[in-house]
Amino acid sequence: MEYVNLFVRSIFIENMVFAYFLGMCSYLAVSKTVKTAVGLGAAVIFVLTITVPINFLLDNYLLRPGALQWLGAEYADVDLSFLSFIMFIAVIASMVQLVEMIVEKFAPALYGALGIFLPLIAVNCAILGGSLFMQQKDFGAITEAVTYGFGSGIGWFLAILGIAAIREKIAYSNIPAPLKGLGITFIITGLMALGFMSFMGIKI
Amino acid sequence: MEWIRQKLDKIGEPFGKGKKYEKYAPALNAIDTFLFTPNHTTKKGAHIRDAVDLKRVMITVVIALIPALLFGMWNAGYQYYSQLGEAFTFWDALGHGALKIVPMIVVSYAVGLGIEFAFAIFRGHEVNEGYLVTGLLIPMIMPIDLPLWMLALSVVFAVLIGKEAFGGTGMNILNPALTARAFAFFAYPTYMSGNQVWVSEASNVEAVSGETILGSLAAGDNVSYSMWDMFYGVIPGSVAETSTLFILAGALLLILTKVGNWRIILSGFVGAAVMALIFNALPSLGVAGNELTNFYWANHLLIGGLAFGIVFMATDPVSAAQTQRGMWIYGFLIGFFSIMIRVFNPAYPEGVMLAILLMNVFAPTIDHYVIQANIKRRRKRIKTATGQVKTAV
Repeated sequence: MEYVNLFVRSIFIENMVFAYFLGMCSYLAVSKTVKTAVGLGAAVIFVLTITVPINFLLDNYLLRPGALQWLGAEYADVDLSFLSFIMFIAVIASMVQLVEMIVEKFAPALYGALGIFLPLIAVNCAILGGSLFMQQKDFGAITEAVTYGFGSGIGWFLAILGIAAIREKIAYSNIPAPLKGLGITFIITGLMALGFMSFMGIKI
Repeated sequence: MEWIRQKLDKIGEPFGKGKKYEKYAPALNAIDTFLFTPNHTTKKGAHIRDAVDLKRVMITVVIALIPALLFGMWNAGYQYYSQLGEAFTFWDALGHGALKIVPMIVVSYAVGLGIEFAFAIFRGHEVNEGYLVTGLLIPMIMPIDLPLWMLALSVVFAVLIGKEAFGGTGMNILNPALTARAFAFFAYPTYMSGNQVWVSEASNVEAVSGETILGSLAAGDNVSYSMWDMFYGVIPGSVAETSTLFILAGALLLILTKVGNWRIILSGFVGAAVMALIFNALPSLGVAGNELTNFYWANHLLIGGLAFGIVFMATDPVSAAQTQRGMWIYGFLIGFFSIMIRVFNPAYPEGVMLAILLMNVFAPTIDHYVIQANIKRRRKRIKTATGQVKTAV
């Protein structure tokens, strides 16, 4: 039940896009068609599910105050948490490289469509955000970290899928010229967040 | 009639092509087409000949809304007088309600249509009748004592951001009426929820206080209203959402004229019933529920804005799913989420508004996958058909 709670929370209530407005750059840029949005969303799910647990292990056995105790008693008061950012980013960057190679090998068309945004997942704030929230939430077990990473990925995936479908739908709408393109996309994002407000404050 | 026609033509002279006020012609044309049946036909793109047009569709919805609106007026007075314990007649109650509700409708129409006319003039397109429905819906889903300027501000937000930014009638992604309510709900929570807003004058007169059924359930209290009270709608609530009976009368009209889609309405109620039944079954599974989960499932369908939302808002043809299979999924999920938000989220006892907004957001996604599945199925059919032809030859 605890895991279901965490999973649902990370998808809907603490949605990366609509609750924290993280990962907006690729969310806005790659949401023109559903197909590429699904591709990028799947890549984000994959990267989040892998990096959050790895960073959880790093945090628990290397970075946090007292984490190095397993080396011996004299390391008990070593605090490496100032290295969190660089370590997390290093893990994320290498994982993104892996995803890039996989996508290029098995889905070259998608690789072409995603273009620069695939390597840019490395600096997608939703990914680093996932790891930092994990650190803040103080999970007790690695399975919780996996659940959280996977759930956050699904949440981001749903967000980009929804906006891509809307943008395909409004392709022929008579939008005022100054709002065309990014302007209306921002407005849509705000309105979508209004829909997601329904989940704020839910306690399961 | 002839006299009005001549008068309009005379006023319209300086608005003609190449004349002084040509820019403002859409405003005059709007009044003209509202009063008279226009003689224009569609110029391009349409291949269906039918007497139905936007005006007729919208007026049908307005007519379907009237029973619930009149009942809402009477109920406003009834709740007020019966709580004071005064003797009153039918007309007293109706008059009290009308005095509150008619100004709301006037403000909503004046502000909304003002923006629509301004946009039509600046952007040079025609005014359509879409706002006639939205403008009536907005006062009907607000608490009766909402200050008029808040109502006006919500209308401005809904029409400007929710509709005109997307290009006007038929282009919006969220239902404009619900956008207005959601705006008011999050911007002025003290005026939109609690137990002081649902009966008129509740915040001023000591003896009057009214809590909605959902509100008292969320607070863990028992409810003293009978099932028939809930069905007829003599309960506190937003202006016109209380009476399931009169809403169903409107629904009947919408379904018979095929303006509202019966698939969405039916699947919406089924979805709500399924979720409520699941919650009802919790005690037998060994999970202790609360007042909301143990509330009898059929009563869940009668209270709050569920019926109103599903009949009049979810069926909005613009923001709903467009494909038939999509409509089933869309309606079911609205009902399902309505009850879920109602039960899980004590801060927002009225789930249906947020559930419909949420599904508005995902309606294009549902449509996309329904269409993709259809394409896939047809491709397969062609493949097998050509295969058969080849073997036959």
